[in-house]
Amino acid sequence: MHVDLVLNGELTAIECADNELILDVVRERLGLTGTKRSCDMEVCGSCTVLLDGLAASACTTLVAEADGKELVTIEGLSDGDELNPVQQAFVDHAAVQCGFCTPGMIMSVQALAMDHPDADDETISEYLSGTICRCTGYVKILEAARQVISE
Amino acid sequence: MRLPPFTLHRPRELGELLELLARYGDDAAVYMGGTELLLIMKLGFAEPGHLVDAKSIPELGELHVSADRLAIGAGVTHRRIERHHDVQRALPVLVDLERRIANVRVRNAGTLGGNLCFAEPHSDPATLLTALDAEVELAGPAGRRRLAVADFILGALSTALDPGEVLTHVHVPVPGPDTLVGYERIVFTERPAATVAVVRGPAGARVVVGALGPRPMRVPHAEMRLVEDDIDAAVEATSSAVADTDTEPGADYRAHLAGVLLRRAWSAATANALSVPGAAAPTKQG
Ligand SMILES: Cc1cc2nc3c(=O)[nH]c(=O)nc-3n(C[C@H](O)[C@H](O)[C@H](O)COP(=O)(O)OP(=O)(O)OC[C@H]3O[C@@H](n4cnc5c(N)ncnc54)[C@H](O)[C@@H]3O)c2cc1C
Ligand code: FES
Ligand code: FES
Repeated sequence: MHVDLVLNGELTAIECADNELILDVVRERLGLTGTKRSCDMEVCGSCTVLLDGLAASACTTLVAEADGKELVTIEGLSDGDELNPVQQAFVDHAAVQCGFCTPGMIMSVQALAMDHPDADDETISEYLSGTICRCTGYVKILEAARQVISE
Repeated sequence: MRLPPFTLHRPRELGELLELLARYGDDAAVYMGGTELLLIMKLGFAEPGHLVDAKSIPELGELHVSADRLAIGAGVTHRRIERHHDVQRALPVLVDLERRIANVRVRNAGTLGGNLCFAEPHSDPATLLTALDAEVELAGPAGRRRLAVADFILGALSTALDPGEVLTHVHVPVPGPDTLVGYERIVFTERPAATVAVVRGPAGARVVVGALGPRPMRVPHAEMRLVEDDIDAAVEATSSAVADTDTEPGADYRAHLAGVLLRRAWSAATANALSVPGAAAPTKQG
């Protein structure tokens, strides 16, 4: 099938089979390897992308769903070398250990900031509860999320 | 994991959807958010040759709130329900429940209808909607019909949907101000390990336990006790009903859980009532 989308700000046309998933296509065909595969079952959040501004599990979302929509991966957040506020907050708070979960965490906090610009701690925790950090660095991640919301 | 091959269809109206399902029969599956369907396909438990995407059918995207009922189209996502101001006003307990389902990504894509049609026993809405006497509206080759949610969910992963039939709407009666409603769950991993919903109004009471068996279970003895305002006896009746049906190791623990959840759900129901001016307060506190 033929899918037209805006990928990280650029009009993009993709020819794909009906059964192809966003995660496979961005990583293997488009070379955007920031989006990670871990659980492959919509649990861990390491594959989080934004589809028309809403967090989605790339591991379990068909490319077909992106037709006519805007898809943002972790590569689409920064403006050249200029980090976006969520990325900067993760740097400021050293909210990274091994870094594997970090792209998904950043995308989830980005989704949070767009959904709930005035999020309280309960809402922040609710969003982060769907993303798993195997290094369990949640305190720093929570601090980074709080900084984003307070800005 | 890759998905097995299939052809994706995107009908624009209900008639077209039903036609496609009739044409491909067993080889077709309705596809909404795909949060369950794509998972089981990845795991190799299902291999439909045709996925029929029903999300773009306008009728299925409707969400109507009137004074006494909600009509929720089969294409309405958890996200839309949890953020809908009229639903929040009419049935806050449903919004609270929806907010706690899964994670934000599953709620952005997944639908209430898909949750009910999949009939996974660890479903939050199945328990509450059974207690509220909600109904599903179905459409198929033989026309339309309505069924109580309690009669729709037959068992684990099993519903009353006939071949070629789809769920179009979920109809939820809005409880009046003289009705108490509470819902509680306990969750250890992804899905709830146990759920309890309680409703008590002028017409009687409902106590429903979910996730501890193949389908939500009503506990008539507990309902009778609640009508008498005896929460302690209702808790006991609920625990023993679970103990009677559960033969697996750890049944005593699950029976205890169900009782605890009923007590919490009842406290929540009565607290909700006390915070709504003019609403019924129970004569005896639980
Ligand atoms: C990680 C995870 C955590 C979860 N946690 C919870 C939880 O805490 N509580 C809870 O209650 N649920 C939970 N769920 C379940 C979640 O609510 C469902 O995945 C979701 O609602 C399914 O909707 P869908 O639109 O994605 O369905 P789909 O995956 O598209 O469809 C599910 C099934 O129903 C059929 N179907 C769908 N719509 C119709 C229709 N209109 N007519 C006929 N058949 C239809 C499909 O053919 C398929 O067999 C969880 C799921 C995941 C993946
Ligand atoms: S890899 Fe997609 S949610 Fe874990
Ligand atoms: S930093 Fe290692 S998994 Fe989160």
